[in-house]
Amino acid sequence: MHLLYPLIVSAGLFSIGLYGLLARRNLVLVLMSVELMLGAVSLNLVAFDVWLTDALRSGQVLTLMVIALTAAEVGLGLAIVLQLFRQRATSSIDDLDTLAEPR
Amino acid sequence: MDPYRAAAAGTRPERRGWLSMDANLSWTTYPAGVAGSAYVCTAVSARVRARSATLTDRTVHAADAPSYVDVTGSEIVFVLIGVITVGAALLCVTSRNVVRAALWLVVALGGLVGLYLVLTAELVAIVQILIYVGAVVVLLLFGLMVTKAPIGHQPDLNTANRPVAIVVGVAAFGLLVAALIDAFRFAYLDLDVFGQGSPETIGRALFGSWVLPFEVLSVLLLAALIGAIALTRRDVGADGRR
Repeated sequence: MHLLYPLIVSAGLFSIGLYGLLARRNLVLVLMSVELMLGAVSLNLVAFDVWLTDALRSGQVLTLMVIALTAAEVGLGLAIVLQLFRQRATSSIDDLDTLAEPR
Repeated sequence: MDPYRAAAAGTRPERRGWLSMDANLSWTTYPAGVAGSAYVCTAVSARVRARSATLTDRTVHAADAPSYVDVTGSEIVFVLIGVITVGAALLCVTSRNVVRAALWLVVALGGLVGLYLVLTAELVAIVQILIYVGAVVVLLLFGLMVTKAPIGHQPDLNTANRPVAIVVGVAAFGLLVAALIDAFRFAYLDLDVFGQGSPETIGRALFGSWVLPFEVLSVLLLAALIGAIALTRRDVGADGRR
């Protein structure tokens, strides 16, 4: 298989995740977009690992670590979202502008 | 010279018109935005190409890469699953219903499992099902539930940034694809190597060479777990007072 197939699918997933990250208003949906971007990165790692036939299998091992990191990231991210929701009663990014420049 | 023949002869293929922006002087006459993006694209692709030129010597130039016209079965399967994956991802970020967005994320991550299987990464595929589809998406659905996200069609799930986000997404995709095509169009994966993603191979690598990062990762997971519990406890005040 040509390396370009996984790379282009991965670029598509990453760009879609980037769009979702910038366009979504709900914090949980923003976290989902981050998941998509991490999935794209993992696909890239696996593709390059298979291409290079690395003896240490660094690409696939790193993918497993990215998956574990994702679990940690989602757990902490949702804890923060939950705490924000308890204090502000909202999970919308537009309402969380305490640290923003005054308009 | 035919690039495939050049690759087989061990010389660098000569640069041709398509996508070779560094050779195309008319780009400089465009407005500053286009020139800037072309510069970034050229710089990135030059770096990637220089890197891939050293990497591809073994894998590509030795065995002359097949043409893109001879499509193999695994490529067809990969493209089909890839279309499903990208389509589900697109629906996930554009859906106006938060629960449906989470379920489209399941489809996208499940498609990613299929892509890993085509790439012969079996263990990664299994772990992906267990953790992403089994744990992460359930956690996200919990998150939607506890933040009392309104179920059903919602007109205002996107911020006012949406046009900017579309431009950024499309520009990122264009730049990435241009750089990738320029750098890796001769790279070819050999999927017939036996067991390169099997649990045994990955397990040996993980508990052999990579055991220290693995242990550090488990400490990090523990720290994240404790952090999440500490953040969401109700009986401790913000300043640590009961």
